[in-house]
Amino acid sequence: MSLFSVLDRERTVARPGFSRWMVPPAALCVHLCIGEAYAFSVFNLPMTKLLGITKSTPDDWKLTQLGWIFSLAIVFLGVSSAVFGRWVEENGPRRSMVAAAFCWGGGFLIGALGVSIHNLWLVYLGYGVLGGCGLGIGYISPVSTLIKWFPDRPGMATGMAIMGFGGGAFIAAPLSVWLMHRFSTPTHIGVAETFVALGIIYFCFMLVGATIVRVPAPGWHPEGYIAPPPRKLVTDQNVHVYQALKTPQFWLIWWVLCLNVTAGIGVLGQASAMSQEMFPGRVGPIAAAGFVGLMSLFNMGGRFTWATISDYLGRKNTYMVFFLLGIVLYCTVPHAGRGGNVPLFVVCFLIIISMYGGSFSTLPAYLKDMFGTRYVGAIHGMMLTAWSAAGIFGPTLVNYIRQYQINHAVPKADAYNATMYLMAGLLVIGFFCNLAIKQVDKRHHMVENEADAVGVA
Amino acid sequence: MAPNSEFRHTTPLELALAWGFVGIPLTWGVIETLLNALKLFK
Repeated sequence: MSLFSVLDRERTVARPGFSRWMVPPAALCVHLCIGEAYAFSVFNLPMTKLLGITKSTPDDWKLTQLGWIFSLAIVFLGVSSAVFGRWVEENGPRRSMVAAAFCWGGGFLIGALGVSIHNLWLVYLGYGVLGGCGLGIGYISPVSTLIKWFPDRPGMATGMAIMGFGGGAFIAAPLSVWLMHRFSTPTHIGVAETFVALGIIYFCFMLVGATIVRVPAPGWHPEGYIAPPPRKLVTDQNVHVYQALKTPQFWLIWWVLCLNVTAGIGVLGQASAMSQEMFPGRVGPIAAAGFVGLMSLFNMGGRFTWATISDYLGRKNTYMVFFLLGIVLYCTVPHAGRGGNVPLFVVCFLIIISMYGGSFSTLPAYLKDMFGTRYVGAIHGMMLTAWSAAGIFGPTLVNYIRQYQINHAVPKADAYNATMYLMAGLLVIGFFCNLAIKQVDKRHHMVENEADAVGVA
Repeated sequence: MAPNSEFRHTTPLELALAWGFVGIPLTWGVIETLLNALKLFK
């Protein structure tokens, strides 16, 4: 028996009496760590002064160069979750969580080496490429396991894990600042040492999750659980990951996610500047920072709340709410700006951002409803390419439209109005994509022998 | 009999440890952020 056999899916099958409530913390061990990505910006400023210490020198890295680290990580999140999705599904959560821990922890260590010898390409390779692969594999690794443990509440279960991704930044930001403070001296900025410490801490934390995680035994179901009667948009069949790509449902949901995330991510990155420019003299940098903090909390809370609501409301209806309510809120923002109504502006964006988070966390259960549980992790991985695409569309749209407006003599306070209406327009398209989603045609379902051959659990 | 088929209940202590391991740092982070946000809006 090899040393690595302890990572096999068969070795992670839960014995009778194992509580399924041990699985969400195992998933959170991974998601809280990889959620650090949202807090990476705390390193940006210190990394522009690694040589000059007190101020940037011409040889120091520029902010524009550093921005690529996060962008690369998000691109490789999408790429790796799509490429390794099937591997994750077939090898089980423990092996994939360990692989994610090696990539994520290793990414920090290579990044630390890059910082210490001042080689930006090594940082790109470490945090961006290897760390990005850790993000992608880690993000999808517990999803299908949670859905199998919680057939009665799949939205709530995956919502808990994906909430951790939103919450990871809350831990990472103060921890990183504290570590940098500890490792810095008057002649040295302790970014490399902080990367090493974070790499080791996250690696250990993720291994704890891999140790705890279990998959249910074949045929297991919660005590007293009665499978709900078949419904139109909830299948009890399975669709193979490659077959799913041939269905219109896959691509409609891809656009549903992409459009909703494009609208959300565009304003998430610009929230601070937008609030100050729309309310000049009333919202300063300090209040804007507080607003961004609140938005992060609603982003995290929305992931759990909306996914849980979807268990009762249905996935399609939940996305309908995201789109309809989103359209109303985006159209309200310019009025709030014109009327100088700061509380209305804040409330609008807090709800919008909660739905942005909710669209991520409701997605796995939506995919499970449409394509079954067998390959839901792999299909989810493919679907995350929509996130990568939205990560490019959203900020680009907001930035370019704002600049276009300013170049055409539109006052800064009104420069975001066109963007808000455009975002509402994107949500209208998303609404119709979601409306068009019907159940998957029977010809795409896996036949019984095919399902047995790949070991349906 | 394979080891995995032996019956053993997960104890409340195991559950508390697992949830505490992730819950305590997360709660700390959320409280820190909330306090900062509220302080900044004053």
